[in-house]
Amino acid sequence: MEKLFPKLQIINENGEWNDETYRSEITEELTKELYKKMLRSRLFDRKGVNLQRQGRIGTYVPFEGQEASQIGSALAMGEGDWMFPTYRDHAATMTFGHSLKTLFLYWKGRQEGCIPPEGKNIFPPAVPIASQLLHATGTAWAEKLKGTDRASIVYFGDGATSEGDFHEGLNFASVFNAPVVFFNQNNGFAISVPIEKQMKSKTIAQKAVAYEMEGVRLDGNDVFAVYFHTRTAVERARKGEGPTLIESVTWRYGAHTTADDPSKYRDQNESATRREKTDPILRLERFMKNENIWDEKWAEELHESLTAEIEAAVKEMEETPAPHYNDVFDHVFAENPWPIESQKEAYAHSRGDR
Amino acid sequence: MTTAVDTKKLTMVQAVTDGMRVMMKEHENVIVLGEDVGQNGGVFRATDGLVSEFGEKRVIDTPLAESGIIGTSIGLAMNGFKPIAEMQFLGFIYPAFNQIMTHASRIRARTLGHFTVPMVIRAPFGAGVRAPEIHSDSVEALFTGMPGMKVVVPSNPYDAKGMLISAIEDPDPVLFLEPMRCYRSTKMDVPEGKYNVPLGKAARLQEGSDVSVFAYGAMIDVVTKAAKSAEEKGIKCDVIDLRTLYPLDKDMIAESVQKTGRAVIVHEAPGTGGLGETIMSLINDTSFLYMKAPVERVTGFDTPVPMFALEDHYLPSADRVVQAIEKVTQF
Ligand SMILES: Cc1ncc(C[n+]2csc(CCOP(=O)(O)OP(=O)(O)O)c2C)c(N)n1
Repeated sequence: MEKLFPKLQIINENGEWNDETYRSEITEELTKELYKKMLRSRLFDRKGVNLQRQGRIGTYVPFEGQEASQIGSALAMGEGDWMFPTYRDHAATMTFGHSLKTLFLYWKGRQEGCIPPEGKNIFPPAVPIASQLLHATGTAWAEKLKGTDRASIVYFGDGATSEGDFHEGLNFASVFNAPVVFFNQNNGFAISVPIEKQMKSKTIAQKAVAYEMEGVRLDGNDVFAVYFHTRTAVERARKGEGPTLIESVTWRYGAHTTADDPSKYRDQNESATRREKTDPILRLERFMKNENIWDEKWAEELHESLTAEIEAAVKEMEETPAPHYNDVFDHVFAENPWPIESQKEAYAHSRGDR
Repeated sequence: MTTAVDTKKLTMVQAVTDGMRVMMKEHENVIVLGEDVGQNGGVFRATDGLVSEFGEKRVIDTPLAESGIIGTSIGLAMNGFKPIAEMQFLGFIYPAFNQIMTHASRIRARTLGHFTVPMVIRAPFGAGVRAPEIHSDSVEALFTGMPGMKVVVPSNPYDAKGMLISAIEDPDPVLFLEPMRCYRSTKMDVPEGKYNVPLGKAARLQEGSDVSVFAYGAMIDVVTKAAKSAEEKGIKCDVIDLRTLYPLDKDMIAESVQKTGRAVIVHEAPGTGGLGETIMSLINDTSFLYMKAPVERVTGFDTPVPMFALEDHYLPSADRVVQAIEKVTQF
């Protein structure tokens, strides 16, 4: 099965060409855009971990190491398409339009963090594993019924493929030929459980076979591979050729969340090695150096301006006024039924507010 | 009695681990399974050390699938094992709801006792620890309303170990709910060996004649504080930790309200369909003529538990409980 589903690559770990199919499209502009987006998300992510350590936000879910998977795939989506992220996919959602402030607000325990910008179809992060695959299938199906050419992309981890919802999502998408891209980030672990304990199959891509859909396995740390192969899947979906299951093989360097200690269940030296060998940002840097489009000054300035952008977002997040308790009550239904209305009144009364 | 029992100071989560360890030592057929329960020792460390002591055949990291965990546990339980299945958080039990509702809880009834499912489902739950969305749900009433399930909620380390042992020994499926807020909030002397705290029995935490206050789990801390404030105002509370939510300790509830004539019920789960309503109907059935005031409830709202920036508003506070106590005494 590993032979049937090889790990597709466009540039290798040393930043050298492996597949030149898309050479003409891999411009300096695109390369720099991808580099910028990956660096932006990495700096954001590190800030998130720091803010949690300082007690300025709650539990945070880091994605460092998975930037290429998230950004390459998100960039392959178009205006009006749908995105269904998990709790770990802020690099994807910021690429698709979420503001950094909104993302920080989410981790500050604010409901506002679930609201996408006007015109962006980004669902709130899925917290229960695999539940979102069916929503992506449903929205994609709706677009098909409405006769548009819009597609949906849905993110999920390797652990998610064990849930019933994963299989139901793929099966429905297949039966109804829904224009959806199932984007799996195989980062090797579901909290502490390594993929070998999660499933006996060697790849996730092969699970597509059972549902008679396209299955693609790719190097998830090669942003070009992710971008172009996801784009192909999206195009296929738009043309009515059905769903695709993409397995993007990557790695999370750090903890599952800031509440987790990875040294309990794996040797963190592996992460250190990977930082040097397969890091997605470093790989792009190597590529840019090989292609003579690397500019030290440009990189430094980029770093500075991104840092400033992130600091500004933190400030905005921290200056957002505390929410009013009426937010607990006022959005459960379109109109408050009497039990909620009377609980709301009683609560205000108990505080001496009414 | 003069026999001294060796004790250890344990937190609630350590007491839970100890309960499992004692029973696994004693019974070969007791196994632990769930997500991350092995090497990682569970995300709350509730199964810490069990895999090194009992091996991977008895402490099993399963694939990430709650319906799978419960469904296979049903099979294991029907065929000679005593599974203790961990749900990582109660808020993630929903994929398994079908298995619990349609099978675990009713196989005995469907087969007139021919097949049974003696298993334990452990799940951390409740708000107040700044957890992310969904992790804080208090949906115990979904299970107390499920025919064929026992539901228990300890509030301290001693009860946690003794009740877990009773749950493991119970011939029927037991949902064992562990309030996250109590996991590490106190240490307590816990006997080292095996002991039972019986299921179905409440505990009186404080004797008082003016008003009965009923609570369980993390709300015990809140009502204890409230009872103290009330005492400063001259109101003496009879504080009862319900401990088992199905079946409720009807006798102690009746005995208490017949003494005080007043009741306040506190839980963080939503008011509508919550345990408070069941307790009110019990009071109505057993003690209507003793009551001097309508029963008051202080509960969570009929809303999803909000994200943590708002969760303090959602959770019943000692202030709200004191107000309810004053209301029933001034009626
Ligand atoms: C239904 C459900 N069960 C359990 C959990 C607790 N949990 C959160 S993340 C996680 C592991 C997920 O692993 P994977 O799907 O590989 O995604 P990753 O976190 O690696 O991105 C678990 C078990 C959950 N969120 N939802």
